[in-house]
Amino acid sequence: MLRLNQVSAQYNMLNGYVKAVDRVHFDVKKNEIFGIAGESGCGKSTLLKVMYDLISYPLEISHGSVEIHSQDKNGQTRIHTNGNIHQSWWKVISYVPQGAMHVMNPVARIKDQFFDAISKYHDKKDKKELQAEITRYLQELELPPEVLKAYPHQLSGGMRQRVLIALATFLHPDIVLADEPTTALDVVVQRGILTMLSAVQKKMKNSMVIVSHDMGVHYQITNRMGIMYAGQMIEVGPTEQIFNNPQHPYTKMLIHALPKVGDNSQKEGIPGTPPSLREPPKGCRFAARCPHAMELCRISDPARVTVGEDHYASCHLLDYGIGGGNQGAAYLTN
Amino acid sequence: MRPILQINDVSRTFKLGGMFFGKKIAAVDQVAIELPGDKPQIMSIVGESGSGKTTLAKLILRLLDPSSGNIVLDGVPLSAYGKREKRKEFLKKVQPIFQNPFTSFSARKTVDTYLFETALNLDVAANKKEALAVVTDVLKSVGLEYAHIKGKYPNQFSGGELQRISIARALIPKPSLIVADEPVAMIDASLRMNIVNLFKKLKDEYNVNFIYITHDLSTAYYVSDYIATMYKGNLIEFGHARNILNNPSHPYTELLLDSIPRVGKKWAEDVLQPDFENKQENEAGCKFAGRCPYAKEVCHSVQPYMVHLDAEHKVLCMKHNDYQTGNMAYVHHNKNHSDSKDNSRSISG
Repeated sequence: MLRLNQVSAQYNMLNGYVKAVDRVHFDVKKNEIFGIAGESGCGKSTLLKVMYDLISYPLEISHGSVEIHSQDKNGQTRIHTNGNIHQSWWKVISYVPQGAMHVMNPVARIKDQFFDAISKYHDKKDKKELQAEITRYLQELELPPEVLKAYPHQLSGGMRQRVLIALATFLHPDIVLADEPTTALDVVVQRGILTMLSAVQKKMKNSMVIVSHDMGVHYQITNRMGIMYAGQMIEVGPTEQIFNNPQHPYTKMLIHALPKVGDNSQKEGIPGTPPSLREPPKGCRFAARCPHAMELCRISDPARVTVGEDHYASCHLLDYGIGGGNQGAAYLTN
Repeated sequence: MRPILQINDVSRTFKLGGMFFGKKIAAVDQVAIELPGDKPQIMSIVGESGSGKTTLAKLILRLLDPSSGNIVLDGVPLSAYGKREKRKEFLKKVQPIFQNPFTSFSARKTVDTYLFETALNLDVAANKKEALAVVTDVLKSVGLEYAHIKGKYPNQFSGGELQRISIARALIPKPSLIVADEPVAMIDASLRMNIVNLFKKLKDEYNVNFIYITHDLSTAYYVSDYIATMYKGNLIEFGHARNILNNPSHPYTELLLDSIPRVGKKWAEDVLQPDFENKQENEAGCKFAGRCPYAKEVCHSVQPYMVHLDAEHKVLCMKHNDYQTGNMAYVHHNKNHSDSKDNSRSISG
């Protein structure tokens, strides 16, 4: 299990701070796929770096903590917190970075990249034995074992992504983080990769966190998801609930804006642009684009409200128990 | 009414490797499309990466010359516009919009200079004052104000705003065709529909046709009148957008539609994935045969041909002609079934 306790993270620039993640609070449970959605620049990749403890200048955690609860071989629960999570990389938590094109060493064979990453954590001393194990694992994932002999450029984009997923899951970590695992891939290949990710998760019964800007991807494979806007997690809940019963106006508009094959209705985008994270506005960060914004929204931060089973949203309209409709505004003015 | 755009059996080959032993690759292979000109249309070209959709766009924009075949725009073949002479006339007719708005503007120039230069160079305006009127006008059409962009550099805008500015620039000469190559790929979901809606609005307002190149079938369905699906350089299906996406006829279009991560309909779990990363190309027969669930032996050995399902809907697949090879067999087949509903089908090429 992975828990984020009111985590804030910022980039320390020469002329100020970019507050990319602001008081994000949620759990990733065991045996589930958790999705993080949001537009570019909303802090979703930064959040993933925080979860993976990949903190280096200029990124720093300014508030809160990350906890990973895992069980070691003897069944003892171990708690890893930010600052020492990187000691358990690959074994307890692993990361599939964005852009499979550029993350592998171009002059090393896939085999050697596996050895590089894994040998330190693996108990098999013999290289041959380890290679046999890797081959077996690749076959389990229906990948041809010949890829081990190939250099990264000899593989197609989809195959490279599969190899990365195989590498990240080889030691059966408790948590697998995947940053935009299917951007820049064609839809047919994308489907294959997503099916593979969800099959791997089902087999290992671990937790998986998938970051994607594509709401369709979340609908297809995640169990629970969170929507980020301007560095904040504005809504968290079961995926079905988010799509069928969204509570935050941003989530509603985002889902409403998705075009669908077979749907002939007129779709509208959301007017305006997200605020700068250098100097985020006071109050609710979505207020400037929100059709229901009230005086209160520009003054005070909305609190997190429970709107359903395991479903939370942060919006002032919800404070009054009114599901993000126009009535909320009317209630206040009266 | 004559068609606005005719693409007549256009091919473009590229040579790979050595001077003598190089391999030829047909990026665009015998593509024939006719876009009716009775009212402004939006035609989408969809396909995976490497299917030749961008090469086709470059051919229409004359950034490349076809190896064979020709393209006729509004009754005038593109070859009539010379490389240098008549270039201006061509640019007044056809304008591009590119994928990445951050790289299509120079970082060292203010964005309004692009608008003024287009207006002055293409003789839309005789002087700066007239140009200002034109620029203000086109910016208004895309929902921006001149005062907002005056003297600003590209890094001061968001991607959505910059893409609007490049659309405004393309509108200045009031072209009859705008070719947009993945115009919303770099734009966030919340803003994407604003740009796509703009195409719908401008189509009627400026009486301009759009060619919308994309790999996103959902926006293609939303915005377009016609859809052309490409696969490895071939046009494999062409027709009305609603027709094609509600009732895909080529197995590849079917596969594409099935693979969209849709909201509201989950993927079937037990679907057997064909070997979709098979790079081996089938030289003799249909290029899709290796991945096709309906492929029969004949598909691997005989070149497929266009089958017309109705006046506009055509598909490059022998499945729709009972796997008959060649014209003779087809005629024979049709004679026997002259009363059946199949008789609306005919063969081209």
